Amino acid sequence: MSGAGRKTVVTVGPALAPDGTDGGTLPAMDADASLLQRLRDGDEQAFTALVERYHSSMLGLALSFVSSRAVAEEVVQDTWLAVLRGLGRFEERSSLRTWLFTILVNRARSTGVREARSVPVADAGPAVDASRFGPSGGWAVPPEHWIEEAENRMDAAKLSELLRGGLAVLPPRQREVLLLRDVEGLSSAEVCQVLVISEANQRVLLHRGRSRLRQLLESELGGGPR
Amino acid sequence: MRLPSRLRLRPRELACQQVVELVTDYLEDAMSPSQRRRLEHHLDGCPHCTEYLAQMRETIRLAGRVTPEDLTPQMRVDLTNVFRRWQDEG
Repeated sequence: MSGAGRKTVVTVGPALAPDGTDGGTLPAMDADASLLQRLRDGDEQAFTALVERYHSSMLGLALSFVSSRAVAEEVVQDTWLAVLRGLGRFEERSSLRTWLFTILVNRARSTGVREARSVPVADAGPAVDASRFGPSGGWAVPPEHWIEEAENRMDAAKLSELLRGGLAVLPPRQREVLLLRDVEGLSSAEVCQVLVISEANQRVLLHRGRSRLRQLLESELGGGPR
Repeated sequence: MRLPSRLRLRPRELACQQVVELVTDYLEDAMSPSQRRRLEHHLDGCPHCTEYLAQMRETIRLAGRVTPEDLTPQMRVDLTNVFRRWQDEG
């Protein structure tokens, strides 16, 4: 990065990838690459776009390490400042978002009042409540059908809200993994890198978290056990 | 109609209750080929677990479409200040 060019606000290229930001992992990363370049040129709009894109997940992640929303917001702000200051050193060996989330988690962890964790799984409940199976382990109360219902009965905004609510009440370890992996679309290797956990542990947390979200959707949409 | 599962279950067969705990390993491709075959064998004969697997896939898909919450006006101001502060650092 040239230090001289950094302060000039120059807008070059499209604000987002041609298909916008909401196209899944690859377009999101393309958009990030373009925003990163513009940010290096000191473009405030690029900064705003990145903030809009990642703010919600950053806050959700921070909240799993610190005790209050106010502290989480401070952690997010500190993270952005660290990102801006670190732009010159960022060599793009990882993606922008992996780098961003790594900084966030490090800061949230060192700020957090919670004890440094010894990883494993506090919540080891079953994926599906045992009462739904018969004595030999077959379904007694099979899954209610809801897949088609999801988008027929709820608009995208409502579904988003429902799932955000579900994520917010997950145990913190599960929420961290779900936010990074399923909401943000990081690879499992990237999630392990950001959270400093093993693949096996990541998979367990993913399993618990996804199982709970599935149950939530079934309860809301399928007329299953409430 | 399916027979009661205790009549169908052979010693090496997975029970539905086990299958729901293996779904993530399956989707993450973290199973040995023989475990995978065993699970797929179960799925072939079990519409409920097949439905369950489809629901887990749908859950993942819907999670990927969760949209970010709006920034509060105060956060917007604070973050603009972060940017300006960085610019002023020279």
